Amino acid sequence: MSERFFPDSMPPPLADSISLAWWRAAAEHRLVVQRCTECEHTRHPPAPVCPECRSSESEWMEVPGLGEVYTYTAVHRPIAAGQTLPFVVAVVALEGSGGLRMISNVVGVDPDEVEIGMPLEVVWEDMSEELAIPRFRPRRRPGTT
Amino acid sequence: MGRTKAHVVGVGETKYARWGRIGDVSEHALACQAILRAVEDAGLTMDDVDGLASFAEDRNEAVFIAAELGLPALRFANMVWMPGGGGGCAAVGNAAMAVETGQAEVVVVYRSLCQGQFFRFGNAGRDAAAPPDPAPPTVQQANSLMLASLGFTMPYGLLMAAAAYALPTRRHMHLYGTTSEQLGTLALTFREHASRNPRAVMGGRPMTMDDYLASPMIADPHRLFDCCLESDGACAVVVTTAERARDLGKPPVEILASEQGAPKGYAFGPFSNANIPDDLYATGGCEEMAGRLWGKAGLGPGDVDVAQIYDHFTGCVLMQLEDFGFCKRGEGGPFIESGALAWKGGSLPTNTHGGSLSEAYIHGLNHVVEGVRSLRGESTSPVEGAEVCLVTSGACVASSAILLGRR
Repeated sequence: MSERFFPDSMPPPLADSISLAWWRAAAEHRLVVQRCTECEHTRHPPAPVCPECRSSESEWMEVPGLGEVYTYTAVHRPIAAGQTLPFVVAVVALEGSGGLRMISNVVGVDPDEVEIGMPLEVVWEDMSEELAIPRFRPRRRPGTT
Repeated sequence: MGRTKAHVVGVGETKYARWGRIGDVSEHALACQAILRAVEDAGLTMDDVDGLASFAEDRNEAVFIAAELGLPALRFANMVWMPGGGGGCAAVGNAAMAVETGQAEVVVVYRSLCQGQFFRFGNAGRDAAAPPDPAPPTVQQANSLMLASLGFTMPYGLLMAAAAYALPTRRHMHLYGTTSEQLGTLALTFREHASRNPRAVMGGRPMTMDDYLASPMIADPHRLFDCCLESDGACAVVVTTAERARDLGKPPVEILASEQGAPKGYAFGPFSNANIPDDLYATGGCEEMAGRLWGKAGLGPGDVDVAQIYDHFTGCVLMQLEDFGFCKRGEGGPFIESGALAWKGGSLPTNTHGGSLSEAYIHGLNHVVEGVRSLRGESTSPVEGAEVCLVTSGACVASSAILLGRR
């Protein structure tokens, strides 16, 4: 098992038939985004139709797991029992994703040190054998761009 | 003969109380009470009412309310899709469309909230102190589009609105240098307005900047006093035709224009959408809608005498001030700091009832009630000679707004 940051009692992901594939990739520690096979527009969260060309054809594109803080908040109220406070929720701008961002956490750093523009890398938290959550920590490996 | 503009002719509310303090009266009984008071204020009876309107997630379904209040016939029942409080003004706008097109003659818009009798917003029905489920965590089925969307926020602990709307506010601070003191000035201003309002839950609780800065951090940069109240209570407004409005007791207030909506790709806003376009992220998402509203009414921000702006969080008010053009983008902080929103001496007296920050959190329908009172000269913080009032609902979600006028 990986390093743990949050308790088991955190809310689990809720998925429909479209987003389930994203969580299956996550379970294999692959961070993916959906890409339209017609116009190559990327989108997140997963959705049935491309909002640009309205094609229903799409594929999963793996991204490098690097990004930076677009914005963030340090939350001082617990969501689950046994949680360390405060914890940081961030919008992470993902490298190599066609300009996408995702909501995640910044872990492994004092919340007071988090700032917009901070370079990040993904760190997978295995909540169980079936569930891995991509969180982010300050970047240790060099970026691709 | 062409129909003319709809008017608001009656307003009413129950007592407002802190979250969970109304336990002995049901939420839907409160809705009925507010509706009866608004209809009485209009000088009408329930026999005149043929339409009911509300907005997203209303538990108090119109078909039951209509039966309980003995409507002769329910000709129009309507609920807006926009989430949370975003649909308040849209519900009034839909009521206006109904009476302007002859779908109904008298429509009551209502909202009742008793979160203590159900679950508290912001924790999705979860108890943070509850012991964990012994089963290993796994992906679960989302039973709605909304839950599938929140599936990408909840595992990260993003459940509270206070945290969600901290995200654009933090970015606004980063881009434009907006300060906590500027947000605090806004909270203090609305609290001062509440001090004259006997309905206000926080009416007897003056606040200083030191109080504001010392209030506990909830989700940085949101302190406790950046967040709206959580309240129990209900309110209602009565909408009818210009012809009917003319013969009633109270000064009629015209609905000059109403608009609703969200920009492209907005979905649930920053609550679940990390991919709002960069140029819209640190805004209330209302700019395009505001342009439509001004255009429809043939008015601009300079024509507004008093405003009732949806205030779930201080930063969301600041961004709406920019979206609606009261100041330039990025200048909301200095605009607030100048005292512009104050009843005494402000260029744009705002939330003269105290708003959701200090009167009550009734999903902003109480802002419509105050908008009507402010044009009737009935506000406890009256703006002399006010003829045009802007009321907004939402911001950072799909939103709506109306312009009210008295001539």
